[in-house]
Amino acid sequence: MIELENVGYNYGGGELLNAVSVQLAPGSFHFLTGPSGAGKTTLLKLCYGALMPTAGRVRAFNMDVHGLDRDQMAYLRRRVGVVHQDCRFLDHLPVIENIALPLLVSGRELSHEEANLQELLNWVGLSERAHALPPELSGGERQRAALARSVILSPDVIIADEPTGNVDWEMSQRLLQLLVELNRMGKTILVATHDLSLIRAAKNQVQARVLRISNRQLQLAGADL
Amino acid sequence: MSEGRLRKLILGDTQADRVVPPSGFTAQLTLFVSGAMAFLTVFALALSMASGRLADQWASELARAATLRINAPAEQRAAQTEAVLEILRQTPGVATARALTGEEQAALLAPWFGASVPVGDLPLPQLIEVTGDDAGYDAQGLRLRLQAEVPGAVLDDHTRWRAPLVDAARALRRLAWVSILLIGGATAAMITLAANAALAANAQVIEVLRLVGALDSYIAQAFIRRFTLRALTGAAAGMLLGMIGVWLMPEASDEGGFLTGLGFQGWGWLVPLLIPPLGALVAFAATTRAATKRLGELS
Repeated sequence: MIELENVGYNYGGGELLNAVSVQLAPGSFHFLTGPSGAGKTTLLKLCYGALMPTAGRVRAFNMDVHGLDRDQMAYLRRRVGVVHQDCRFLDHLPVIENIALPLLVSGRELSHEEANLQELLNWVGLSERAHALPPELSGGERQRAALARSVILSPDVIIADEPTGNVDWEMSQRLLQLLVELNRMGKTILVATHDLSLIRAAKNQVQARVLRISNRQLQLAGADL
Repeated sequence: MSEGRLRKLILGDTQADRVVPPSGFTAQLTLFVSGAMAFLTVFALALSMASGRLADQWASELARAATLRINAPAEQRAAQTEAVLEILRQTPGVATARALTGEEQAALLAPWFGASVPVGDLPLPQLIEVTGDDAGYDAQGLRLRLQAEVPGAVLDDHTRWRAPLVDAARALRRLAWVSILLIGGATAAMITLAANAALAANAQVIEVLRLVGALDSYIAQAFIRRFTLRALTGAAAGMLLGMIGVWLMPEASDEGGFLTGLGFQGWGWLVPLLIPPLGALVAFAATTRAATKRLGELS
């Protein structure tokens, strides 16, 4: 699905990542962990093409990300669902329209997707809040709405950046549950988090691999977590 | 542009329209600017058409009419007049030639001398009115022949009066066209600035749209449609007001001269109807260019 080969990333001020190689196989579940500022978000951005590696190669769906033009990049974003750390909504549109935004921009007929949309809202538990504006939502509701938006186009890969960053333990369990369900449906999942208890909780339900960034390198963490 | 995109641009996609938040104040400004520009264009157009009409009219009327003046002692005047009329009859391109009667000449002078002065008693030169046909006659050749046969006859073909007037009218028309081009350019510049401001103000929205997989063309279209429609609406209102203004001008009259002739005639009234679509076209091109450039600069 997504393949990083000896990838390095340099912010200009110094090297953040060096010789990172990893493969996200179809149907796999990966956690990405590491201290703050270690480059978790950067690595995720490299995976969905928001950043270009300064060394090495990133391949997504067997295409070199470097060679993609802006339109091809847009098509790639439709195949990778991303839950951003800060959610990124259009604040003037209600939640339901934000969730449907990927459908809208990819030219789907919204009237045909009405049933799917309702089902998705139920799944993330936001049916009641469908017509609220994003700034009116709580942290957990925002995260769930962002997750719903990321999966609406039924992407093969879902990348989530600290989806449980601003929510309490119960809500993070609920979000994890949703991600596990998606993985059981065959989606490839990559979640960046510094919450080790969340990783432990996940390990009981799904075969998750843990990647850790330390010293600019990516390591496969042992079973000791 | 594909047919589907064009249709979407015209009919609109209400859902896609909502993606970019509405912008009250800048929208009003764009409307006002395109309205004001359309209003000015109507007047520049009226000026250009009126001066064009005037130039053509003066050129053709004055070119055809000429005056022959015979300065001769009273006893020779009749003979010389007869000789000149004979020459004129033989000259190709002269449609009519007619000696003015004493009363007619007196009437021409009445504004200067008043009706009470017996101008008939003055030793006035004889005037002959010459009208050329459409092909015209060779004024230079006629002059040479008259010089040889009737030395007292002087041909005045009005060139002296005509050339500067026609030149002035043509220059006025050129100026009007330059004004129209400048108005178009200024409209394009102002809409580019407005579109750039809108694109900058909505940078966050554009970023979110890119993140969820929107193509540049989709994002650009939301802006292009807005500005094109605003320019079209504004220009239509401005054009209407401008045309009402021109329509309210006094009728063309001899007393008013050139000024009252300022306006449209016949089919000319249809020409300003082109202003709104052209304004929309200018806005479309300006916004497309601004959006393409802006979006290309984003990562």
